[in-house]
Amino acid sequence: MTLSRILVGATAATLMAFAAHAEKEKLTIATVNNGDMIRMQKLSGEFTAKHPDIELEWVTLEENVLRQRVTTDIATKGGQYDVMTIGTYEVPIWGKKGWLVSLNDLPASYDADDILPAIRGGLTVDGNLYAAPFYGESSMVMYRTDLMEKAGLSMPKAPTWDFIAKAAQAMTDKKNEVYGICLRGKAGWGENMAFLTATANSFGAKWFDMDWKPQFDTAPWKKALTFYLDMMGQSGPPGASSNGFNENLALFQSGKCGMWIDATVAASFVTNPKDSAVADKVGFALAPDTGLGKRGNWLWAWSLGIPAGSKKVDAAKSFVAWATSKEYLALVASKEGWANVPPGTRQSLYDNPEYAKVPFAQMTLDSINSADPNSPTVDKVPYVGVQFVAIPEFQGIATAVGQQFAAALAGTITADQALKNAQALTQRAMRKAGYPK
Amino acid sequence: MARSVTPRRKMVVTVLAWAVGLLIFFPILWTILTSFKTEADAIASPPLFLGFDWTLENYAEVQERSDYFRHFWNSVVISVGSTLLGLLIAIPSAWAMAFVPGRRTKDVLMWMLSTKMLPPVGVLIPIYLIFRDAGLLDTRTGLVIVLTLINLPIIIWMLFTYFKEIPGEILEAARMDGATLWAEILHVLTPMAVPGIASTLLLNIILSWNEAFWTLNLTAAKAAPLTAFIASYSSPEGLFYAKLSAASTMAIAPILIMGWFSQKQLVRGLTFGAVK
Repeated sequence: MTLSRILVGATAATLMAFAAHAEKEKLTIATVNNGDMIRMQKLSGEFTAKHPDIELEWVTLEENVLRQRVTTDIATKGGQYDVMTIGTYEVPIWGKKGWLVSLNDLPASYDADDILPAIRGGLTVDGNLYAAPFYGESSMVMYRTDLMEKAGLSMPKAPTWDFIAKAAQAMTDKKNEVYGICLRGKAGWGENMAFLTATANSFGAKWFDMDWKPQFDTAPWKKALTFYLDMMGQSGPPGASSNGFNENLALFQSGKCGMWIDATVAASFVTNPKDSAVADKVGFALAPDTGLGKRGNWLWAWSLGIPAGSKKVDAAKSFVAWATSKEYLALVASKEGWANVPPGTRQSLYDNPEYAKVPFAQMTLDSINSADPNSPTVDKVPYVGVQFVAIPEFQGIATAVGQQFAAALAGTITADQALKNAQALTQRAMRKAGYPK
Repeated sequence: MARSVTPRRKMVVTVLAWAVGLLIFFPILWTILTSFKTEADAIASPPLFLGFDWTLENYAEVQERSDYFRHFWNSVVISVGSTLLGLLIAIPSAWAMAFVPGRRTKDVLMWMLSTKMLPPVGVLIPIYLIFRDAGLLDTRTGLVIVLTLINLPIIIWMLFTYFKEIPGEILEAARMDGATLWAEILHVLTPMAVPGIASTLLLNIILSWNEAFWTLNLTAAKAAPLTAFIASYSSPEGLFYAKLSAASTMAIAPILIMGWFSQKQLVRGLTFGAVK
């Protein structure tokens, strides 16, 4: 073999290797740091093994940083991400603006009809599914069965707020640092306002009437806020105005809460004996109501969407379909057990007898099914969203309102002052934003 | 007349200095201790100081999940790059302002400092659009440019202060000996201002290393430095304090070590001209 032949052969081999490498499509995926997402990242080798032409690049960020980052990028058509992890708040707004790719044309094998109707409804705008749910959550009551028994009470499957207040008082033992109820108090639209908006729905309150006029000066809001403040004052932990999900999780896991009303996804944490001191003493119930037809639970789904500017839509759709498929759920179950399967997205998961053995499975499904983002309140309202109002202005307004309510919880202002301030600041912000539109 | 220092006074001052030092160092110490706890121990109440089961599992998980060295290398390139570029612009600027002041030099200096008062988020969208159109999003070059611009007022101010301490007659003598402008700056001024330049350099590296607004907002996967590495360990749902502490310890370790070894130079530079 001559030298020239060797050189030609080597050049051809190099070019072929380069071509193979160049053919690979790189998908940049922006995601949030939580257990289910990290698990997906770990298992994504299964996807790339089936799609050798696709390479995955992950950008994991804290929720607020992620939201700021992807919103900037999609609004400016920056094109940094091919798949974005977004929630039920963003999807209706971004879908309406045409910022997301419709997922209506996913293959029949994807079985979009299997997605839980409440979750699908929250991710659909004008008949277009704009994001595929990765996991869904509602909120529910998590309680200590031993403390409930000690208090001589029995938790109904669907309790009322009056029962919760009574049980909270009976379970409280401040000397031993046991508090009957732990609820969110930290200011923020996704913190205390998620809880309080959902709670207010069950008291017949609403953010806006049909003319987009703020409603904090109405009797149902006063009743809801006063009830929350009184119950937390009597049976809540000290410093509750700084407590969010993680702080309450820490309190509950260390045995300091009798009841905790929060995201259904917390059920897998509080029943995990590795981290929770009360893992074998936890019961579940639906979020409470006042008999007006709406329960105080929310609805959220972390979902995968594709920005309209992406140049890799087909590859992105393949990934989204894989990560939110029935096969993915089965893959997680086979590798990590049924309790670690991302919950709250598909009916088939809840029809599976293996999954039915997970202690919080049925309660999670019932909670999700009892929330309706398209009809969240007792009265008719002009907005979509259970614990939020799906308008761009909501984040800013609700965080400011949340600060007023947190101040009332901390005792620096009264409930009346907080509601008056909330009404004034919401009116001002809505007027500036040009509502009614 | 120098005041005599009694042993008692010396002891009080020493104890006070140690107390302040420990107070300042405590958050770092607590982060390091938390990084060796389990997630359950990290949230224990009352907090556990030393009596917990020490574990390296957080470091192992962080190492498994993230590419630390890629983020580390991005941090090195961005902080060193922006510092060198900044010095290249700032040395001649500070020279001009210190030795050839005009009527408006003070106003220019104040104006430069006033740009630091602008909240960064106010210019995020324009910068983002410029970066998008220039293809600079998620590139180290883009971050070097933006961090240079952000820190330039501080570098110029620091160097200006040092240069003002150098007698102008020395430069004049060099000029009379026939030195060109560049020879004057490079061979006369710069060697005399080495302590000042060194402390400016070190301080700017620290500022760039810790910058967490632009480095998070202008990067995605390729150019993300250690600030993004830390941000990926904070979680809204689920306990994360121990893993976040491990990631933070890994991120601050290089700059902490650098600061430790260069503290003499840093203090000397920062107090240069303060005591006459």
